[in-house]
Amino acid sequence: MEVEQIEIRNHLQQHLPFSELPDERLEEISGQVEIAYFRAGSKVFSVGDRVTDLSYVRSGAVEVYRRSGEIYNRLGEGDVFGQLALMTGKPARFSVRAIEDTLIYFIPEAVFRSLFDEEESFAEFVEVEDRTRLRQAASEQATASEFMTMKVSKLVRLPPITVTEETEIRQAAARMAESQVSSLIILASDPARDSSGGPEAESGSVRIDEAEMTGIVTSEDMVGRVLAKGLAHDLPVRDVMTRDPISIDAGAFLFEALLIMLRNNVHYVPVLDRGKLYGVIDLADVLSLETQNSLFVVRSIFLQNSVEELKALLPNVGASFVRMVNEDANSHMIGSAIAAVGRSFKQRLLELGHERFGPPPVPYCFLALGSMARDEQIMYSDQDNAMVLHDEFDPKLHGPYFKDLANFVCDGLAEVGYRYCKGDFMASNKRWRKPLQAWKDEFEHWIQHPKAEALLHGSVFFDLDGAAGETRMADELKAFVAERASQSPRFLACLARNAQNRTPPLGFFKDFVLEKSGRYQQTVNLKRRGTAPLVDVIRVHALASASQSQNSFRRIEDTVAAGFLTSGMAADLRDALEFISIIRIRHQAAAIEAGRSPDNNIDPEYLPSLERRSLKDAFTVLSNAQKFIKFRYRG
Amino acid sequence: MPALKRSRLQSVHAPDWPGIFKRLEAEATGPLLRDFYARGTVSGDTPIADVPFVALDLETTGMNAERHGIVSIGLVPFTLARIRCAESRYWVLRPRRPLSDASIAIHRITHEDLRRAPDLGEILPDLLDAMAGRIAVVHYRGLERPFLRRAVRERLGQGIEFPVVDTMELEARVHRRWKNGSLARFFAGLVGRHPESIRLAQSRQRYHLPLYGAHHALTDALASAELMQAQIAWRFSPETPLREIWH
Repeated sequence: MEVEQIEIRNHLQQHLPFSELPDERLEEISGQVEIAYFRAGSKVFSVGDRVTDLSYVRSGAVEVYRRSGEIYNRLGEGDVFGQLALMTGKPARFSVRAIEDTLIYFIPEAVFRSLFDEEESFAEFVEVEDRTRLRQAASEQATASEFMTMKVSKLVRLPPITVTEETEIRQAAARMAESQVSSLIILASDPARDSSGGPEAESGSVRIDEAEMTGIVTSEDMVGRVLAKGLAHDLPVRDVMTRDPISIDAGAFLFEALLIMLRNNVHYVPVLDRGKLYGVIDLADVLSLETQNSLFVVRSIFLQNSVEELKALLPNVGASFVRMVNEDANSHMIGSAIAAVGRSFKQRLLELGHERFGPPPVPYCFLALGSMARDEQIMYSDQDNAMVLHDEFDPKLHGPYFKDLANFVCDGLAEVGYRYCKGDFMASNKRWRKPLQAWKDEFEHWIQHPKAEALLHGSVFFDLDGAAGETRMADELKAFVAERASQSPRFLACLARNAQNRTPPLGFFKDFVLEKSGRYQQTVNLKRRGTAPLVDVIRVHALASASQSQNSFRRIEDTVAAGFLTSGMAADLRDALEFISIIRIRHQAAAIEAGRSPDNNIDPEYLPSLERRSLKDAFTVLSNAQKFIKFRYRG
Repeated sequence: MPALKRSRLQSVHAPDWPGIFKRLEAEATGPLLRDFYARGTVSGDTPIADVPFVALDLETTGMNAERHGIVSIGLVPFTLARIRCAESRYWVLRPRRPLSDASIAIHRITHEDLRRAPDLGEILPDLLDAMAGRIAVVHYRGLERPFLRRAVRERLGQGIEFPVVDTMELEARVHRRWKNGSLARFFAGLVGRHPESIRLAQSRQRYHLPLYGAHHALTDALASAELMQAQIAWRFSPETPLREIWH
């Protein structure tokens, strides 16, 4: 008799080639698997061994060696090996050693044969995948750090510890203590599992559905919301939990988890595995992996008590930027991380401002504009920001408070390296500090009566994000703008015209056209002639498709989904933006490392020929994209 | 980490299971138990590498074998070299004692499931067949053996005895050697309290074994089998005689 092993099936199902197989197949395989544990350093296979199974790395990592002892490949969770020997029927040509503590699922030869014969996708995978995966593994190994490539699931050490909403606070605390955890997932009051029965219970699935989770309680809550407030310990834990916590998918990268934590200023995040609760990760775990990265900087931002102390962190920001670049992080990772740093500076400065001027008299939201809102910030950018005030704002009563607060933050930002904005798009400017309704009116005016000149400078307002305070107001504004802009062809046409102003530096014969004069003679400005016009083009498409995303890569996705771009055009845009961005970022990192102040000007002559060619390709994409919007949004 | 030194005390006091099985075979009043004992057990001298094991896990309605019943049994046969899922077994059972709401919440097996489930008596021949000749591996021996002893006595008029290896106790030995503080905490946890599966998860974590969902008898049995392979790999050796770890 065969019994289904849920855990085995669930894991196989997440990895190629098994993820392509029908459910019955997975059940069949999971019931036939054999398992063995290999301590780090121990042999899994020797050259000449008879191979009787396809091996699947369930956890840990192995290295595959040639007969010569030379390393051939490194495999991790979800990878398979042994297929070659099984297909050829010859003894192992490679030896395999566990380099971490490793659990291997062995899929017996008979099962492998039937899969190979009957499942097209499986056969293709084992035939082809060997070589391509090798290439991938080699490049990954050479460059990326664990932090950039590690999945969130790797950091989850225990299944989630849960209690129901009506559990007494005291019992919840006891549960935390005995399980030695510092957070509890709170579940809705026991749903009527009694009557439902059903196949779910029968198959014995014990994973809890996301929908049953209503909150989370942390040890910090126990201190801050219970002890400090003298709350009765027999109240239900529901009263002190954080409702509907932000969660993350088990397959997300660690750096994404970190960004979520930083963005939302939470230290514990529930991890979901395809809609089921998988565990919890906490900031301390994530940070313990790396101390030199941007997150470490972010954490220390919140520990500084004055502008001077914040200023002292500047070298660390530069170091973490350089480090990410050296670790070959992509532009999205770097842009998000540096934006997170900037956002944290704002949040901390606002906190310091509250200490100095007292709590805000009405709720407000501090807006990030431009590159920070797009999560595309790099080092030493200008500050572009604004403030949305609650509609109850009374200029006479509350005006002076917000003026002081805004000045304090903008001056502080300038101190910590964010230059004042030349266009004065800053919260310290009274014009960009107003109630939500007034903002809506302003946007309405821009959209209904577009003027090229005004929009040229004002495009920065069409990349906006809540950086601190009541970010819901920022979200409301985003939704408003997306809805109105998408319905105004005149506005889109005007924006599209502006997006063609800055042409890529390509001549008639696809040669670089270099700056003719000034300090940057014989160079190309990668921002002005590259990333900025690309971002402009992408913004037009995004607003046309009513996308509320701010990040350019996300906007491209939204645009494709809305049918405004073909996936081929989208892929070109994405590649062009990534390529120019990363060349620009590397150029800046090199300057920082050399102690020079970074700029955006590169001399193409100094680029390796391959990169030079790719850069031309990227500029060609931009040129075509500009022609396309000209035709597409004619008003 | 070096393998554990052989403890003389333990060797002397380790039970002589082949002898016990011979005696129990003679005393058995029915064919089921007689056959079970007749299939014998390996001797205590057998190196762990050569021992056929079976990881066993029960989910119950509570912690007390006299008051609570068995709702499911999972078992997975294995050796040090391989865990064999193809031979694993899993039964949901109708307990003779009522199922509390609390245990429903833990195991997610409902009254409805149980109404359709067989009584342990019906699957006892299969269960004993799967266990016979193999050494049971459990995580916390205070549970599986007393519950099975009681359940078999109720159905056959005679209890059952068999050797077990307790992965929790193997883990406790490490704690004992490491630091006293954690040992005290460990035993404090043992006294009168359900050794939650979380402890199984925590033990597994030490060996970098993956995270599995808890409270499913088959998954927990699999989890214990993997844990034992890891414990032997790290703390004992394939040549360690069985008597050093069985009870």
